[in-house]
Amino acid sequence: MSAVMTIEELRRGLSRRKNFDKLFVVVGLLIMMSCLGLLALLFLDLVRDGASRFGWDFLTQFPSRKAERAGILSAFVGTWMIMLVTAVVSLPVGVAAGIYLEEYAPKNWFTGIIEINVTNLAGVPSIVYGLLALGLFVYQFGFGQSVLSAGLTLALLILPIIIVGTRESLRAVPKAIREAAYGLGATRWEVTKDHVLPYSTGGILTGLILGLSRAIGETAPIITIGALSFIAFLPGSPVTGEFPFLNWDWLWSEFTAMPIQIFNWVSRPDQAFQQNAAAAAAILLGMTLAMNAIAIYIRYRFRKKINW
Amino acid sequence: MNTTLAEKAATPTFSIVMEERKVAAASSAKAVAAKLDFWYGTNQALKNINLNIAENHVTALIGPSGCGKSTFLRCFNRMHDLQADTKYSGSIMLHPENINLVGKEVDPIEVRMRIGMVFQKPNPFPKTVFENVAYGLRLRGFSSRTELAERVEKALRAAAIWDEVKDRLNDSALALSGGQMQRLCIARALATEPEILLFDEPTSALDPIATAKIEELITELRQRVTILIVTHNMQQAARVSDFTAFMYLGELVEVDATSKIFTNPSKKATEDYITGRYG
Repeated sequence: MSAVMTIEELRRGLSRRKNFDKLFVVVGLLIMMSCLGLLALLFLDLVRDGASRFGWDFLTQFPSRKAERAGILSAFVGTWMIMLVTAVVSLPVGVAAGIYLEEYAPKNWFTGIIEINVTNLAGVPSIVYGLLALGLFVYQFGFGQSVLSAGLTLALLILPIIIVGTRESLRAVPKAIREAAYGLGATRWEVTKDHVLPYSTGGILTGLILGLSRAIGETAPIITIGALSFIAFLPGSPVTGEFPFLNWDWLWSEFTAMPIQIFNWVSRPDQAFQQNAAAAAAILLGMTLAMNAIAIYIRYRFRKKINW
Repeated sequence: MNTTLAEKAATPTFSIVMEERKVAAASSAKAVAAKLDFWYGTNQALKNINLNIAENHVTALIGPSGCGKSTFLRCFNRMHDLQADTKYSGSIMLHPENINLVGKEVDPIEVRMRIGMVFQKPNPFPKTVFENVAYGLRLRGFSSRTELAERVEKALRAAAIWDEVKDRLNDSALALSGGQMQRLCIARALATEPEILLFDEPTSALDPIATAKIEELITELRQRVTILIVTHNMQQAARVSDFTAFMYLGELVEVDATSKIFTNPSKKATEDYITGRYG
């Protein structure tokens, strides 16, 4: 043959190169499995430690001085109330900011600075947000040590995540689709509202949920603004039987949250409380995983519908 | 013009009709580009373009890659305005009102509402077939369900795709084949009855059979709309157009009746390009 090497040489060389290919697969798998394995071990360890405490009572009891009677009701409800405020505040603000930066803002030094700072905000330690919120929400605005303050704080914390996530999903909408809409005589707002935004809903919601699952475990900022570790009551139900059917008292209520409860239990000397902490941690981890699962499902659903 | 499309295609006098139309063309221009220059930043992409676009005829723009033919096409619906740092000078006058399409005082959105465009790659919205065609009408404030349905059907028929999609109007447009998508995009552009329809290499992403259907469609559409088409494919220009303009390095080298350009061009550069010496 006229090639630069014989067929035997060619095959030998090829098999050596393919071995590197296989080696990478093995190494990659090993690294990935050890990471996942560690997480699984941690989760199983928590479940084992807290096994004796799982049950309906644990979910429906308030905290107590007696470990075996203590439950996570106020922390569980508190966490969801805070998440609700966080989501309702951060979604519109974050999406609006993302749309402005991606679709409207001119590309100049000013928006450049804004962009760099948005990215930087994602790296600010959460305790700093706590300090900011303590000064601003709790004292300056007089919101007090309330669910509202905590929700607003965590909303600030995840705002950069939502903005970045929104921008990425907006950017994923092909230029050709925008041009098609502009070509029919749409204004920028019509292109955004009728096309770009609806087609990127999946990515935006995914960003929101990933942000929330970061916020759900945050401890430092809500301790800073004064979460209580012992709450033996629930705020009035947000939905009432009488007109106007909504009750906003819960916003102003004092609160505790899952990470606070765990932190409190784990810092007690009594071994029984450690079990409570393990059980609560397992539940918190489960909540986070469940939220991520919802994010994956939403992304899958939208990918199936819109496939560029 | 009440005969069906099939009948028209079958009529032996079709080519004679075309010849008559060419004669008529000399008198009525739908748009006239005069001393048109265009810049991307400091880079001048179009230099002193002068061209008449004949009403209800197909004008093809040909030339090697980067010669400015797509840039020129996109001046007609002010697509360049979506990009920062672009500049027009000179004019493209739209008749009969004599509006300068590239004039600063003219709203680009108003221009795009009168001039339709079909793009290189089929780009249907990820919505239903119906909503794709109805979108331009909705932008113009049509909301009556029956009126929308009527106009959507008319547009789909005009784009020769009605029979294929009439039972799937509520299916996603993304489920159609590439050729169907492109005809849907043509229907979408036709629904608002544009005065000029721009085609930017409409078949470059399609297979030969889908291409043939689009070409046939363009030939039929010239009865009712003025068409400007950019194409890389010289056979395509020869098949579908009445007039052909050859562009090179941002300048318009030559424009004439298609039959003349392809048999007896007056400029050497045109001849070299058409005979495949470059491009």
